[in-house]
Amino acid sequence: MSKLEFRTAIRDAIAEEMRRDESVIFFGEDVAAAGGVFKATPGLYEEFGPERCFDTPISELALAGAAYGAAVTGLRPIFEIMFGDFMALPMDSLVNQAAKYWYISDEQGSVPLVVRSAVGAGGRFGAIHSQNHGTWFQSVPGIKIAMPSTPREAKGLLKAAIRDPNPVVFLEHKRLYSVKGEPGPEDEVIPLGKARIARPGSDLTLVTIGKGVSDALAAADELAPRGLDVEVVDLRTLRPLDLDTVLESVARTNRIVAVEEGPRTGGWATGLLGAVTEAGLHDLDDAWIIATEETPVPYSPILEDAFLPDPATIVESVTARLGAPVAS
Amino acid sequence: MAKALNPAAAPDAVRPYLESYGRMLLIRLFEQEMHRLFLKGEVHGTTHLAAGQEAIPVGVCQVLEPDDYVAGTYRGHGHALAKGTSPEAMVAEMLGRATGVCGGRSGSMNVIDRERGLVGCYGIVGGSIAAATGAALSAKRQGRVAVAFFGDGATNQAYFFECLNFAKVFELPAIFVCENNWYGEFTPMQQVTAGADIAKRAEPFGIPSRVVDGNDLWAVVDAAGEAVERARGGSGPTLLECQTYRHYGHSKSDPATYRPEGELERWKERDPLTLARTRLLDEGLEPDAIDAVEQATREELDAAVEAALAAPYPDPAAKPATEFAPA
Repeated sequence: MSKLEFRTAIRDAIAEEMRRDESVIFFGEDVAAAGGVFKATPGLYEEFGPERCFDTPISELALAGAAYGAAVTGLRPIFEIMFGDFMALPMDSLVNQAAKYWYISDEQGSVPLVVRSAVGAGGRFGAIHSQNHGTWFQSVPGIKIAMPSTPREAKGLLKAAIRDPNPVVFLEHKRLYSVKGEPGPEDEVIPLGKARIARPGSDLTLVTIGKGVSDALAAADELAPRGLDVEVVDLRTLRPLDLDTVLESVARTNRIVAVEEGPRTGGWATGLLGAVTEAGLHDLDDAWIIATEETPVPYSPILEDAFLPDPATIVESVTARLGAPVAS
Repeated sequence: MAKALNPAAAPDAVRPYLESYGRMLLIRLFEQEMHRLFLKGEVHGTTHLAAGQEAIPVGVCQVLEPDDYVAGTYRGHGHALAKGTSPEAMVAEMLGRATGVCGGRSGSMNVIDRERGLVGCYGIVGGSIAAATGAALSAKRQGRVAVAFFGDGATNQAYFFECLNFAKVFELPAIFVCENNWYGEFTPMQQVTAGADIAKRAEPFGIPSRVVDGNDLWAVVDAAGEAVERARGGSGPTLLECQTYRHYGHSKSDPATYRPEGELERWKERDPLTLARTRLLDEGLEPDAIDAVEQATREELDAAVEAALAAPYPDPAAKPATEFAPA
């Protein structure tokens, strides 16, 4: 079977769901005629026409408001906020309206919308085109946050997000768009809220999300010959957060390290480790976090590379922390 | 509502206005009751009363179909009642009771009534503009229209400019109804609104607009009818600047001392209810017919208040909160 590219997985997921359900529409800045600035959505406009796939003005507040209003009146909008950093603009419709609708309406209805964005650092885009906004939304009940790690995951999770009756914030790491991987089975839908064991291991749980997963797997491969069997947990979603899978893993390994591309303060890793400590202290021998500095993302390649966690950072941190497992 | 509108005696042309008069009175009485119940500690937090502004939502809703969409504001009791939300469910919501239109979960500022096409009421200034713009995306497919009610203050929000542009670019069946009551909270509109001309703000977008006497039910119906026809005919959005005045302050904590002396009294001379009653008589309606509607409306609201006060508070155990709609 031929390999699937991450950006194609995104496109295929949207196309398949638009074919399946007439109420699904897709809009954003330069997503239709141009096929997206990361070329993640070519061909949709041609297949579905301007009524269901259209380019919008650069108006993030209007986009999110329109998606919310459409979602509570019968449509299932997918819209793109090009860079995750731009999500600072449309927060009101998402946080104050979409996320709260199910509860404050007394469950009269829900808000089936998906907002996709390119996120993450490493592309030399500077401080305001490189952030991960997942944690901005993590303290908001009523909104789901998904971040795929592979092409197969991207397709399955996006299809689930589109079918989900709740608002979903969907983060696509821009350094994954060109990654190719094994596709999943036809019409695979990966449930939101269930983490996956990306690599089983017995000595240390390495928990992460998005691009962090491939970094963690590379680090695990490097640590294995040194006698450290690392289990990698791919969270898939930050909300709902699958604490059970993490706790089960920690019960096996007794050690956990969370790798987050973002600052430690207010990050998902601190919250997760707090929850693991609360529920699984008896299983824990060690727990720590690898995160970024408490600064904006820098521009210069030298600075940005030093800023970001990568496989080498993880290996170094693990060996330093666990007393350098002996090379065999 | 139907039971409040008794007299089949009214001629066909006047009957919708008589019905609307009844609904305007219902809103006025509702707001007076909220004022009273707030002071008694039965209504919590804060409320924003719309007494004086009744002709606008009622006039607009007079020309809507039941399945058209409306988005209201935090001064939204009238928006909900005009769209047909049950007075009893509205009172109960204000009292935080289980029988409220949102089960006591939303309160005064955020009422949602899907069955009646009330998309929501918005505690963020300008939120209704965005919600109606989105509802208009659906409405365009469904042959419906979507109305946003908002105040003069909202016309300085990004939502206003972004959504007018968005709605026009896609020729959405949206009607933007500004209830210009001349004060954004405590600040005079002219002081913080460049140009001080709201209707004119539609011009550069190529959106038709009108200044409307928002205290005259007939004027509102006329302007809204034209806008609805335009929207349904595929010719896109309209902006209506309906000029009016709120009888109470901005919210329950505001005694409105910033108003020039005599201003409120001058506006009360053009009270929308008085104007409508006079007009109905001018149209040849018998005073008895109007009295009957007034009587029925008072009885309806009294019954609603009585029922709501007797209704239970929500029981968290009986209906546990769920974060998400089931997938």
